[in-house]
Amino acid sequence: MVNTILITALGFMMLSVVLSIVRFMKGPSYTDRVIAFDVMTIASLAIIAVIAYLSGRIIYLDIAMVYGILSFLGVLVVARYLEKGL
Amino acid sequence: METLKLIGAFITLAGSIFLLLGSIGLLRMPDSYNRIQAGTKASTLGTILSFAGLLLVMPGWWGKLLILIIAVIITNPVSSHVLARASHRIRVPLTRTTLVDKYQEEEEYIAHDQNQET
Repeated sequence: MVNTILITALGFMMLSVVLSIVRFMKGPSYTDRVIAFDVMTIASLAIIAVIAYLSGRIIYLDIAMVYGILSFLGVLVVARYLEKGL
Repeated sequence: METLKLIGAFITLAGSIFLLLGSIGLLRMPDSYNRIQAGTKASTLGTILSFAGLLLVMPGWWGKLLILIIAVIITNPVSSHVLARASHRIRVPLTRTTLVDKYQEEEEYIAHDQNQET
C-alpha cells in the first residue's frame, strides 16, 4: 500500500519535470529558462529521495544533497552573469 | 507503525501534487515574474512535504532528510530572489496588466535624490 502510493507520487513528480522541460524549450526570455531549470532540479531532488526509499539505499540521499547544492550554485552563477556582476 | 507509514505516504503524495501544480503554473503564467513566484513557492512547499512524508515513512533516515529540508528552505528563496532581481535589472518586460512596480519607483526616487545632492 505504501509502495503503491509512493509510486503514484513518483509519477506526479516525473510529470512535473516533463512540464518544466516544455517551459525550458519554449521560454521567451533567459529568466524563464533558468527558472524552469530550477523547478526541474528541485523536483528531481524529491524523485531521488523517493527512489532512495524504494530501493532501500540511504546513500542516494547524499547524491540528492550534492545535486541540490549544484543546482543552487548554477542558478546563482547564471543570475549574476545576466546582471553583469560576474 | 503501519498507520504512521501510511500517513507519511499520503504527505509525500500531497507534496508531489504541489510540485505538479507548480510546474503547471510555470506553463500558464503570463510573464517571467509570475513564473518565478509560481514555480519557486510551490516547488519549495512540495519538496519539503515530500521529505517530511519520507521522514514519517522511514524514521531511521531522519538526519540526512532533516539536512535536505533545511538546505531547501535556505537555498530556494535565495535563488528566486537573485533571479528576480537580475531579470528586473536586464529589463525583462512585465505583462500588460501590471499595475504597480515598486522597485522601478524606488530606483527612480534614488536617482532623483542623487541628482539633487550634486
